[in-house]
Amino acid sequence: MPEMTYRQALKTAMAEEMERDESVLLMGEDIGVYGGTHLITDGLIDRFGPKRVIDTPIAEGGFTGAAIGMAMLGLKPIVEMMTWSFSFLASDQIIQTAAKVRYFSGGQVEVPLVVRGPNGGGVQLSAQHTHSMENLYGHFPGLKVVSPVTPADVKGMMLTAIRDPNPVVFLEAGALYGTKGEVPDGDGGVPFGKARVAREGTDVSLISYGRQVNLCLRVADRLEEEDGVSAEVIDVRSIRPLDEDTIVESVKKTHRAVAVQEQWRLFGVASETASIIQEKAFDYLDAPVIRVSGAEVPAPYARNLEVAAFPNEQQVANAARRTLYMEEK
Amino acid sequence: MPAESEERAGDGGVETQEQRGASSVATNGDHLVELYKEMVFIRVFEEACSRGFKKGKVGGYMHVYIGQEAIATGFLDAYREGDRIITAYRDHPHVLLLGSDPKAVMAELYGKGTGMVKGKGGSMHLFDVEKGFMGGYGIVGGHIPLGVGMAYALRYEETDHIVQTYLGDGSMSIGYFHEAVNLAGLWGKDGMCPCLFILENNQYGMGTSVERTTAMTDLVRKFDAYGVENEKVDGMDLEAVLEVAHRAAERVRETGKPYAVEALTYRTVPHGAADFLEKYRTKDEINKWRKRDPIGLLEHKLLENGLLDQDAVEEIRNETKQTMSEVTRFAEESDEPPLEELYTDVYAGEDEYMGEK
Repeated sequence: MPEMTYRQALKTAMAEEMERDESVLLMGEDIGVYGGTHLITDGLIDRFGPKRVIDTPIAEGGFTGAAIGMAMLGLKPIVEMMTWSFSFLASDQIIQTAAKVRYFSGGQVEVPLVVRGPNGGGVQLSAQHTHSMENLYGHFPGLKVVSPVTPADVKGMMLTAIRDPNPVVFLEAGALYGTKGEVPDGDGGVPFGKARVAREGTDVSLISYGRQVNLCLRVADRLEEEDGVSAEVIDVRSIRPLDEDTIVESVKKTHRAVAVQEQWRLFGVASETASIIQEKAFDYLDAPVIRVSGAEVPAPYARNLEVAAFPNEQQVANAARRTLYMEEK
Repeated sequence: MPAESEERAGDGGVETQEQRGASSVATNGDHLVELYKEMVFIRVFEEACSRGFKKGKVGGYMHVYIGQEAIATGFLDAYREGDRIITAYRDHPHVLLLGSDPKAVMAELYGKGTGMVKGKGGSMHLFDVEKGFMGGYGIVGGHIPLGVGMAYALRYEETDHIVQTYLGDGSMSIGYFHEAVNLAGLWGKDGMCPCLFILENNQYGMGTSVERTTAMTDLVRKFDAYGVENEKVDGMDLEAVLEVAHRAAERVRETGKPYAVEALTYRTVPHGAADFLEKYRTKDEINKWRKRDPIGLLEHKLLENGLLDQDAVEEIRNETKQTMSEVTRFAEESDEPPLEELYTDVYAGEDEYMGEK
């Protein structure tokens, strides 16, 4: 299996699918001649030409709406948000049109659209360029929302996203574009709605998605080393649809759960996770489910402040210890 | 009827009948009579659904096209199979003129399972994709980029179809208008945006007049800013609209470049079925425009030229009313959508619904 970066995996999936399917095209700010702000689409304009790799003006609402129109006529546009933070300007189109038009047209149209870009923080972009969007978009029926973390999942889920006849919000871990992993060859997609057990364990479930999965894996190592605790790490990876079964099964086994999210505490995916667990695995729980979330502040700039604004190893490890009624460290 | 020149004095730039010359009642009389019947049909439809609204049988928001009929009638006369039509929420006439079943439209307004979109959209969200009607939309201006994207798709697929994107004066201050028209102009440079913008300027965005929303009230000139050529037409004069519509549609079809036409018109009824039109405009103003009612103007012309006589006019009206009572009866007698319908069409593909039931 070849090793590639998160960035290469994304590009590979899009380029391979563009080779296979002429209805796939790319749109976004500086994705063509410039090669993409994060170099995800570098070189693709030379390969596929400007009709299929469209550099847009800075107008998220306008070009996202145009992409929806294209999708309604059968094209499969992949729209890049330079950062998901800019998608607030396009959110009216994503939510009010893409998510709903199939329903309010009585099923007469499909919107095979992918909107993708870096989500979350970790690279000192400060308040207006740092947001985690999973709970916002995950709220709306009609959308599918995914947040892969490994290069293999990025490729496989992008293939699935492009082939899905519905609008897909594809949240990339922007801070991880340079990380490497093994990526299978071939055109196999990774299905939505299936969580990944990133590490098996027996004592506590650490449930997360995106960049925080890597944090949870580090914490699991640490718990094993420092406390002799066997933590299971669940990578939710698909926010809508959400794989409730894998979460519930894990908790039935471990009887304890910590839900970790980079975003703010209230109304987030971690809250949803805790809610599902109490509804479906209440009798299996040996301790309350704990959420670990970002600090209730706009994302700060300074490195140390930004690190402090997001969940860290110690917080997650201590949350796990609390569920085990062990002393915090 | 006041002299046309006097009525047109205020909207500078509209070509006069004399300047246009070519299109005349004499050369296409039968066709004009057909279009007259269509205009009467959509008028009578709007009157019928307004009665339904007043009786509480039509819910939500409902916006009718009374006074504006010449615009959609004229432009959709230039429709060719494969073209796409998109508009905002004042969408009943467009879908009716494309030949959709009026019973399905009325049943939709009545919230019935036999409705055009199964009772899921109502007045603001009519769709008939098979007939080229890509929808009515409820967010002012939000559909304009969709129309532009559809136009791109039609050229991407190497067809010669076009999109007619209808918009109102009220949509011209929102960012969507500017972003979408900018994209259209840009893509049009490569012949990749066969989008005909039809600005239905009825002079009021709900209750706020154009003068109270922008200092640049010569609305169609806003298209200039984005390199989209444009012109104006008297939106009350069907013949004038027809001439521009066919010429503009062919131009867009041939060039792949967008084009815009501002049709000046007037809604002689409230914005929505439930507002109070005299709070924001005078009776005098309404009466002045009623004299330029597009159906009245055409009827007068057809009578004058002997293409219709008074008996024929009566007959057309009576027949239309009769048809409409059948349409309304169908809507009234249809069943509400089955409750299972709540859970369909959320997603395309195998799992239409992902929640709990």
